[in-house]
Formats: sequence, C-alpha cells, structure tokens
Amino acid sequence: MKTPEPKNEKPTVCGGGLKISVCLGSPCLASGAEGVLRALREAWGEKPIAVIGTGCMGPCSRGPMIRIERDGYPTAYYERMTPQAACTTVAAYLAGAAPEQGRLAPDFPFIALQTRVVLEQCGRIDPCDLNSARAAGGYRALAHAIGKMTPEQICCEIGASGLRGRGGGGYPTGTKWELVRAASGRRKYVVANGDEGDPGAFMDRTLMESDPHRLLEGMAIAGYAVGARDGFIFVRGEYPLAAQRLGAAIVDAGKAGLLGRNILGSGFSFRIRLRIGAGAFVCGEETALMASVMGRRGQPVIRPPYPAQRGLWGSSTLINNVETFGCIAPIIRNGAAWFRSVGTPGNSGTKVFSISGDVATEGVLEVPLGTPLRELLAMAGGVSGGSFKAAQTGGASGGCIPASHMDVPVDYESLKGLGTIMGSGGLIVMNDQRCMTDVARFFMHFCQDESCGKCAPCRTGTQQAARLLDRIAAGEATSDDISQLEQLCRFMRETSLCGLGMAAPTPVLSTLRWFREEYENHVRDRRCPAGVCAMEGTPCRD
Amino acid sequence: MPRLTLTINNRSVSARRGESILSAARRSGSDIPTLCNLGGLIPAGACRVCLVEVAGYPRPVPACATRAEQGMVVTTDTERLTAARRMIVELLLAERNHSCAVCVMNQHCQLQDLAARLGIDHVRFAFISPLAGVDISHERFGIDHNRCILCRRCVRVCDEIEGAHTWDVDGRGAASRIICDLAQPWGTSATCTGCGKCVQACPTGALFEKDAPTKKATIDMERLSEWRRSRK
Amino acid sequence: MTRPRLATVWLSGCSGCHMSLLNLHGDLLGVLEQCDLVYSPLADIKEYPHGVDIVLVEGAVANEDNREMAGIIRRRSACVVSLGDCAVNGNVSALRNPSGLAATLGRVYGEAPPGHDVAQLLPRAVPLHQVIGVDAFLPGCPPAPERIRRLLTCLLQGQPAGLPPEMISFG
Repeated sequence: MKTPEPKNEKPTVCGGGLKISVCLGSPCLASGAEGVLRALREAWGEKPIAVIGTGCMGPCSRGPMIRIERDGYPTAYYERMTPQAACTTVAAYLAGAAPEQGRLAPDFPFIALQTRVVLEQCGRIDPCDLNSARAAGGYRALAHAIGKMTPEQICCEIGASGLRGRGGGGYPTGTKWELVRAASGRRKYVVANGDEGDPGAFMDRTLMESDPHRLLEGMAIAGYAVGARDGFIFVRGEYPLAAQRLGAAIVDAGKAGLLGRNILGSGFSFRIRLRIGAGAFVCGEETALMASVMGRRGQPVIRPPYPAQRGLWGSSTLINNVETFGCIAPIIRNGAAWFRSVGTPGNSGTKVFSISGDVATEGVLEVPLGTPLRELLAMAGGVSGGSFKAAQTGGASGGCIPASHMDVPVDYESLKGLGTIMGSGGLIVMNDQRCMTDVARFFMHFCQDESCGKCAPCRTGTQQAARLLDRIAAGEATSDDISQLEQLCRFMRETSLCGLGMAAPTPVLSTLRWFREEYENHVRDRRCPAGVCAMEGTPCRD
Repeated sequence: MPRLTLTINNRSVSARRGESILSAARRSGSDIPTLCNLGGLIPAGACRVCLVEVAGYPRPVPACATRAEQGMVVTTDTERLTAARRMIVELLLAERNHSCAVCVMNQHCQLQDLAARLGIDHVRFAFISPLAGVDISHERFGIDHNRCILCRRCVRVCDEIEGAHTWDVDGRGAASRIICDLAQPWGTSATCTGCGKCVQACPTGALFEKDAPTKKATIDMERLSEWRRSRK
Repeated sequence: MTRPRLATVWLSGCSGCHMSLLNLHGDLLGVLEQCDLVYSPLADIKEYPHGVDIVLVEGAVANEDNREMAGIIRRRSACVVSLGDCAVNGNVSALRNPSGLAATLGRVYGEAPPGHDVAQLLPRAVPLHQVIGVDAFLPGCPPAPERIRRLLTCLLQGQPAGLPPEMISFG
C-alpha cells in the first residue's frame, strides 16, 4: 500500500476560518481519499485554508468522506467525494455557499446519534501528528494517572467504572488489572489484542488507524497500574496501515517523553513494541496470541494458568482488547461515576460496532451499551434491498438475532440469552434475500480454515460440520444429517480446547434455533427458500 | 510432601499437590482413556479423550492437564463423556486413512484399541480420505501421514526428551502436518539423532521402523523423563 | 414354525469375510440348521429373494452394481449386517479414494480404460451404511469365525446383535 502522508503542514487557524478534514481511514483510502486530499492541497496550497487528513468519521461505505467546518456555519459532512467534487465544494464555500451536492443532512443519524467515547477523536485529529492528538487532550490522562494516582487507585477506578472486556468475553477489566497488579514476579507485561479477525469486524482497526495515541495512552496507564515496563501491540497482518500509524505513533510518543524511559519525568518507564500477525484468526485467542508474540507457533494452550498468572515468558501478563484500552483515558479523565452513567447497570460505557451487510450505510458506530438493536439499524439508515431477516453479532463465533428480537438491548447478557455473543462488535445485517444455512456454511468453512489443528474436536469437527452443511446446501442431505450436525456442534462446543472451537458451532446452532425450517426446506423439499443455494445435487441415499 | 484429597467417581482419593487428575484417578483405579498423553511429556490436552467432569465447572476438562485440587469432585465416566470420547475417535478415524488391516501397527495401535474399548463398530461420519503422503527417506524409519492423528507426541518427545526438536507442525486445521526440520525429507535432516523415540512414542502406525514392520518395542517414558530431570 | 431366512452378499471385498464364515467348520452346520440360506455366493442362487430376515454383507460399495445391489438388499431384507471392515469403513476397497478415480483407473488400465462389461466404478468406495441403512456392524479384517458365530446366534434367536466389547475391533 502506498504511504499516505496526512501530516498537517498548514496552519490550523486560517484567515477564512475554513477547516477541511479528509478521512484517511482504510475504507476511504480504498475509495480514493488520497486523491481528494492531494487535490485539495494542490488547489489551496497557498490559500488560508486548513486541509488535514484525519481518521475515520464513521460512514465508511459513503467514502471518501470530508468534513467542512467554517466559523458561523454548521459543520457539514460530504460523502463520496471525488477530487473534482471536493474542489468544487470548497470553492463554493469560499464563495459563501454551502452546496447541497453530496452533503449529508445535518441530523444524519449515523453521525448525529453516536455517543463517541472511545472514538471521540477519530475523524477529528490527524492520526500521524502527536501534537494534534495532544491538542485534543491526548496523554492528559496518563499525566494525571502517573502524577496523581497510585496503581491501586487506578485499578480501583477501572473496577468502579464497571468496564468489561471489549474483545467479547466481557470479563471485568478492573478485576483483571488487579490480578496482574497483585501478582508477584519481577517482570510483567501489557498486551493489546489488535488481531481483529472476525468477518465483519473493523472497530479496532478504526481506532488504531484514527487515534493510535489513544491506545498507547491506555496501555501506558495500564503498565503503570499493574507494574509492567513492557507492552506489546499485536496487530493483525492484514492491517498494514494501522501497524504503520501505530509504529510512527510509538516513535513520536517516545521522542516526546510520553513513552519509554522515565515518562514525563516520573521515573516510570514503559516501552511498547509492535508485533504483526501472520494471518491466523486463532491468534485473537489470548494464549495463541501470546505464543505468537513470543515467536512461537500461534496456537492456544490450556488455561489455567491464565495470562494474569503465567503469560509472556512465564510472567504475569495483562491482555486486553484494543477497544478496552481505548476506554481507559476517558475513565481516568472523567471518573468512574461518569463512565457508569453511560450505558446500563452492569454494562457501563459505550461499545463500538462495525455495521455492515444489507444496510443503507455501513461503517463504525459507537453507542451506549444497552442500545436496542432496532436503534442501531435505524442509525445505519435501515435495511437495504429487502426486509430485515437477521443480524449476526460476534462474527464467526457469534449467532444471529432474528426479526422477532429486534428490540433486544445490545449488552453482554441479553445477547447471551439469545444464543449469541457481543463479540468484538461486528454486526452483519441480512435481509430476506439471504439464506441462513448458507450463512452458517460460510462461517463453518471459515472456522475450518482457521482452526489451528491442535485439538481434535475443532480440527476434525469443523471439517465434518462443513461437509454436512455442504450437503445441505447441495440438496443432498437427509434429516439425519441435520441431527448429526446438531450433535456435532454441541460436542464441539463442550470439548474444544480454546474459544475458537467452542464458538465455531455458534452460527450453526443459532441459525438452527431461529431458522430451523430453512434447514428443513433444504432437506425435505430440496429447496432453498431464499434461492441462494444451487441445489444441484441429487439425494444419494435410498 | 503436601497432600490433598479429592473425590473421583464417588471415591475419596489422595493426591500430591500439583498432580494431575489423570494420575490421581489411575492410582485410585479409575482408568481414564487417553491418546495424546504420554507419561513424562508435558501434557498437551489436545486430543480431548481424557475429558472428565468436575462439579462446578461449566465444561469437561482434560484430566491430563488439569491439576487435582482439594475437595474437587470428579466424574470420569458419564454418558456425556463416553459419547464425547466416541465422537472424537470416530472423527479421528474419518479424518485420514486408517485401514487397520494394512497397517504395521495392526493389533498394537492405541487408536484401534481405544475404538475397541469404546465399542465403536462403525464411523458415523464421511471419510475424508485425503492424500496425505509418506516419507521413507530416512535410513531406518518412515512416516506415513495417512495414519497420523496429530497428537504431537513425536514433536514433544523429540523436543522435551531428546532435545533435538526435529519435528514440528506445519499448516493449520485440516492442513496440519508433522514436518521434519523446515519441511524437509526426514533422511536429509541435520537435527535428527536417529534415536527413534518418536517412533516409540507414536500411538498409531504413522511413525514406523522399516526393518521391524510389526510390533514396536515400547520404552518407559517415565524413566526417560526421570533421566531428563536428573540431567538438569 | 418357519426358520429365519439368511442371506450373505459379496460386494467389493476380497471374500475373506466369507472365508472366515466358512472357517466355522463344523459349527457352520449348526448355524445352518437354525435357518434357511436363501442367497449367498456359496450357493448357486441367481436372484436376491424377497423376505430375507438377516443378511450379512461383505465388502464396500465401490461400483454401480454394488450400489444397485445395496438398494435391493435394503428393500428385501429385515436386518442388514455390515460384515467386516470393507463393509463397515471401506478398508482395503477404499484405499483408492485418496488418489481419486481417474488416477486409479489410469494406474491399473493405462491408456485403455475398461469397457462396459466391467461394472462402472463409483468416484469413491464407501461403507455400506453411507448408502443404505444398516442395522448391525461386525468389524474385523476378517471378523474372527467365533465373532460371526456369536453374532448370528444372537440374530437367529431374534435378539439384538449384542457382542461383548472385546469382540468388536477393526483390523
């Protein structure tokens, strides 16, 4: 990938009071944002206009996105910009107009209804400019934490905030921190899990690309709180831009004395290193991730011992998801009580979702935990191409929510009650043109390909389950095959070694729970109700 | 030595601190079937055949890799466990090409024995029949991947006891394959000492001695690990 | 009282399972006294009859003839028994599966594939229970005569095929 250079070379305050932000997140770059930025800079290189490259603004499928702020005017977002359209729009602004073409409505729900805590600076600051991050409050929480708080106080504050692991498990973060803090041992480590492998999940990428300093700050606070001097960020190999921006951010923060030796003169030292994944979904599992960080084959080992007891190189290790670290600075800045006031009891704070599939606007949304699914859909502009059929949460490890439960509040327990999981925050919306057995088949093939192969139930079970689903999709299956599939899935859930194998059957069990009649249509009538499965086969049993 | 007491199959059993459930159970007469476990090697908990139920635990746990704890209530032979063990063995039999009749380990194979012990008289799943390959480039030994169940006993015995780490695993999931060094023919290995421990550790006919194509000699892995400990 | 009607069928196998049956020697006479042998490669009967009570099937389903025969067996028999490893899990007959049909035919026949006088091979040789429903399984290559006798004794007396675990094993 060509390196975009969104360094802000222009003065941020300018005569015209006109500030243009161009989103340089991966989706917008893929649709040509770099050209837009270049054209704007070339056109107004000498004029008193600030043109800056930022991170993600949210509505990814409408990229390239730009934002125009001008004194005395409401902030305006423009979608699907071409270099020419962007220049025309800005020229109109300079002439005192605010053109309609491409402009999102001022109350565009995808942007207006978000509650941004983790992503508060995403799309506002230049992710490659430390000063831009600091001007927006970056590293203030770190300074406060190491200057004014004891490690116990920090763990206590995080515990009181009610923050739970955003990687999907929902384990209380404060408890985990306290475990590592209290653990004995000379060395301890802090690890950020940025191996966002679920199909349809791109929340962590958004944060890492758009506000890398937020992650570094959260990790440094964690390092101070648990007594670690070393941190690792594990970024999946498919996120080169995130890795590049994080790498640059680590260097910049180090030069500014915000990372490395003797941070801000406090005597506390904390070094962060990047580890790039080599393309294995299973490395999102914490023990596999740690094996990979240590340079070993990325495959899980049995827990206990948990990482807090025995992690990297045998030392107590704190491992949290990227988004979890993203919550830390706001909690330290605003206090646990404020964080608890967002969301619902037991599910405090916000959650970032990446919404994709059959919706009018795909992108990244941050809302308080407990927001009903129906509201999330409304923010994304509703279902496109048909009526709502189901939403898949938690990617390949999660299940689906049918139309009859659209009012479910999206929190850890409610989703579990419906047989799915919060997961990391991927939300795939499907309309009535989708075949649910085909969806289950897709995810099972995904898990078959991504199984590390260590434990027998996951390695062999995913192979057989994928074959059974192939038979169902081909119209070759019998009703025995459905019951065998169900039996196999329950078996894998109970007996697999790690979370991948335990969760691999969830899409099948979930679609069987809500859409069993579709499976039966495939088997009994040799018909795919949605018309997706080819049904070429013939029954091979008598 | 500190001791603790737990209950296994309704019997009160005493165990050393740090001892596995498997070891405590075997001493008390409850024989839990195993496959990837081999005394003296670090347990992998990979085959899941030794799963047992522990009261209060949401899921069965591998007896080989779970420490006995004071007051634990363990059951080793519930209907659910037997069904799971059968399922695992059937899945393994279906995964590659296990034709006992033409195997060097026929009648001495731990997979075959385990299937018999669990009363498996047929396999409910479709046979996948991959073309898994054979390497007979080594002067004395051979490896037939068609009979490999990926228990990694060879990998572990070579690493933990012989200290050569000639074997490892390549690929993932269904494509996992035991490899020699960096996926080279065994006969060209620079690290293999030719000790044959992997052949002895292999529970199936995947690793075999060319000149002794019937029964394998078995060595006492417990003693080997004692030897390893004393060397340290 | 009518005696149970017994059949034995030889699909794609080496006939070793039938040899093992013959190895019952004198005991075979005792078995045959309890039933009527209505179809078998050991008897010259051309067509598989209707109303068979128990059928022992040796061999995998490897070609079109096998598959057709399996269907007939299922329709005309009350209790179908997979006899031996080929019927139970493909065994030697299925050794060709990993290589694929084309490679196997090429290896055996070279440039001149067999004509229509040879039964057309299925893409894969499969166990009997993957083609028709099977009521009992007796693995072994071949199953020992004693095991066959025990199984037949149970079935001929109208009992389920309950062999002790030590009498069930592959290979």
